Amino acid sequence: MTSLSTAARQEKIRSGLKKRHRAETRFRLYGATAITFGLMCVLFLFSDITSKGYKAFQLTYINLNVTYDEDVLGVSDASDLSQMALGDFHGAVKAGLRDRFTDVNGRKNKRELYSILSNGAGYTLRDQLKENPNLLNTTANMWLIADDDVDTYFKSLNNKDGPFKGRMTENKETWLQSLIESGEVETRFNTNFFSKGDSREPELAGIYGATMGSFYTLLITIILAFPLGVAAAVYLEEFALRNRWTNFIEVNINNLAAVPSIIFGLLGLAVFINFFDVPRSVPLVGGLVLTLMTLPTIIISSRAAIKSVPPSIREAAIGVGASPMQVVLHHVLPLAMPGMLTGAIIGMARALGETAPLLMIGMVAFIVDVPTGFNDPATALPVQIFLWADSPERAFVEKTSAAIMVLLAFLVIMNTVAVVLRKRLERRWM
Amino acid sequence: MGFGSLILAVLGLSLIAFYASRVKALSMAKSLGGIQQLASLPFFYGMRAAIWCALPALALLIIWSLFDNHIISTIVLSNLPDSVKPTNTDQHNLLINSIENISSGSLDPQFADPNLVSASKILDQLNNTAQKLLTILILSVSIFFMSFAWIKVSPKLHARQMVEKMFKWTLLIAACLAILATLGIILSVLFEAIRFFQLVPASDFLLGTEWSPQMAIRSDQVGSTGSFGAIPLFVGTLLISFIAMCIAVPAGLMSAIYLAEYAKPVVRNFAKPVLEILAGIPTVVYGFFAALTVTPFLREYGATIGLEISSESALSAGLVMGVMIIPFVSSLADDVITAVPQSLRDGSLGLGATKSETIKKVIFPAALPGIVGGVLLAVSRAIGETMIVVMAAGLAAKMTINPLETVTTVTVQIVTLLVGDQEFDSPKTLAAFALGLMLFVVTLILNFLALRIVNKYREQYD
Repeated sequence: MTSLSTAARQEKIRSGLKKRHRAETRFRLYGATAITFGLMCVLFLFSDITSKGYKAFQLTYINLNVTYDEDVLGVSDASDLSQMALGDFHGAVKAGLRDRFTDVNGRKNKRELYSILSNGAGYTLRDQLKENPNLLNTTANMWLIADDDVDTYFKSLNNKDGPFKGRMTENKETWLQSLIESGEVETRFNTNFFSKGDSREPELAGIYGATMGSFYTLLITIILAFPLGVAAAVYLEEFALRNRWTNFIEVNINNLAAVPSIIFGLLGLAVFINFFDVPRSVPLVGGLVLTLMTLPTIIISSRAAIKSVPPSIREAAIGVGASPMQVVLHHVLPLAMPGMLTGAIIGMARALGETAPLLMIGMVAFIVDVPTGFNDPATALPVQIFLWADSPERAFVEKTSAAIMVLLAFLVIMNTVAVVLRKRLERRWM
Repeated sequence: MGFGSLILAVLGLSLIAFYASRVKALSMAKSLGGIQQLASLPFFYGMRAAIWCALPALALLIIWSLFDNHIISTIVLSNLPDSVKPTNTDQHNLLINSIENISSGSLDPQFADPNLVSASKILDQLNNTAQKLLTILILSVSIFFMSFAWIKVSPKLHARQMVEKMFKWTLLIAACLAILATLGIILSVLFEAIRFFQLVPASDFLLGTEWSPQMAIRSDQVGSTGSFGAIPLFVGTLLISFIAMCIAVPAGLMSAIYLAEYAKPVVRNFAKPVLEILAGIPTVVYGFFAALTVTPFLREYGATIGLEISSESALSAGLVMGVMIIPFVSSLADDVITAVPQSLRDGSLGLGATKSETIKKVIFPAALPGIVGGVLLAVSRAIGETMIVVMAAGLAAKMTINPLETVTTVTVQIVTLLVGDQEFDSPKTLAAFALGLMLFVVTLILNFLALRIVNKYREQYD
């Protein structure tokens, strides 16, 4: 065929082989690079968020002697609620600061001095006095919450490239230094973060309000989406005849599962809020919108679970005289339940992280109060993250990262439950 | 009784109906000589009565609650003296609101028009009567049908057939909800979009190159008549999606190939779920990451090599979005690659091809339709992605394909136009719905194509 001799041909093959093997190694390397890139992204994302956020679980407190002076507070009877509500507790804090730093003079300097403590420090005093009215006209030694600038500065003191100064002035630094030297500054676990609603002051802001908002929203979602999704899946798998109509439903469900979530927000805005006049910003509407969004996901996973129940079970049930409804309720559903629950939990995890549709229906307001029901204005955890990420204060960066860590923790728990449920309860059919 | 307690009452009654009818069926069976003498099991007699008890009453309750507000407010307004009667819908709503505020106590009657105060009293009265009427009506309907169903219980009655029919209908209605949702989306978005196109011609919207939706508050204000040319938004969306796909497709595809063809089971079992984590992270987290980590990094790095990178560049949003989509592409590609029959691999390897040659020349062409479908799905997700671009991309509608500059996208504009209070008749708000319609149609077409391609491909090897 060819004019090449055997030796020459072998030589050609050998040199070609080398090239081909090099190509093989290269290709394999591309694959390994791609997968390493993906894994590095996961690692980097998590370490970035953690390194930014872990400090938010600590809060800086400053030690101060405060006098519950009747005249300063304007409170003569600590059990009188109206007096307590109007009392100038911040004035008492200011007086305490003046006593600590007696050498500070001038209106401007004093105002600077007051700003090392949080605006919320007065509330600590009020709560203390409410609890123990006998404190009136006594002096107490207290740990009060520092302002967010001081908080950020103090926590970053040991940074390599020096502390983060931000709005810290030289005066404030010297005062803080003297406080640190006498051991009157320390960080403690940040309980506010887990027990309070949103606030304009980073040191007072917490995620409890947003978490409860998410809770009520998801409660509506699971109550509506799970029964409806399972019912739809049972109909499509067990009762529907294969015809155009059911095909149409099926295509619809698959397409709905891939519709961008923001579109569901538009639907919620136009239908629930504009047409049915449901109030804005409430978990009820959020839950309804997220129901529509997660329904296709739950239907699809429930159908897969029902499909995995072998036909022999159904045939045996029919054989001993069960009606179609009995077959479904007594045999198919119990066997498919673990798979359905897994799908539902994963759907819920997706709904928990969803932000865009909630922005559309107004769950993006600044809400301080912790919601107590389905009709209270609320935000959700991811929306709170979005709001904080937009805030200019430096201290909100770590708050945002910490809120993200909490959100991710919820997601990890939900997904772990789903995986464990599947492993523990799912039956393998031979 | 309030709405919630009425529902609870009806449910309680139907529980009673269930047990009463079941007991009656059981006692009948006893006198006849056993359950086998009944046409259905006692359970079904109970269920039948419970359904009769609950369904008509609940249906009535829903119909009532849809209309009662409207009827009551009409009566209240008709009682107002002519001088304060509303002449248009805005006034109408305003009046209703203030009357409701007076009656709920959030508006002090001292400061309100005495006509409205008396109207609020009428409103209270009417609400009270309506509530009483509703309670009586619902409970009597419920009890009537319950007793009717209880009397009808007899050994010949085919209770099971009726209950099963109801069961099947319930399931069918649940399944139809998916269609209802689609219909709801289409109608709501379409309806508002049509109103928009009545104000702004469709050709201006689809072909215009200037986007500045700020409307003048006063008509004599300068330079803010608002222009709604959406081309810059489309360009921005495509630019960011393109950057995202440049990351996601190679990385996703190569990791799928590596995991499916090269990796040892240990590596695969570890790397696959870890990669999937990327898909489970909420998009708002990616947005935060893009805005606070990637963008500053890019800016700094760009400055050292002499590039000016905008602080809201398309590049950072696109990069992060690409990372988000990697697991999406890789898991879809993994599915189709593992679905390629082993015989094709064996044949190619048997002829002496190396593994990479087999992948490139045999497996990849065989899996191509499925991969294309997966990529289309990924594109549709990139186009519809909202939070990353809202947080990391800008608002300025610049028409550019330079990834270092600020661009804006369709989803960003929808969010900015609709967040906050809005009136439903300004073109600014309605424009968001027109953009939503575009988004919905484009993603629908992409999804539809992708699902068809994937399904066709699946049939090929099944």
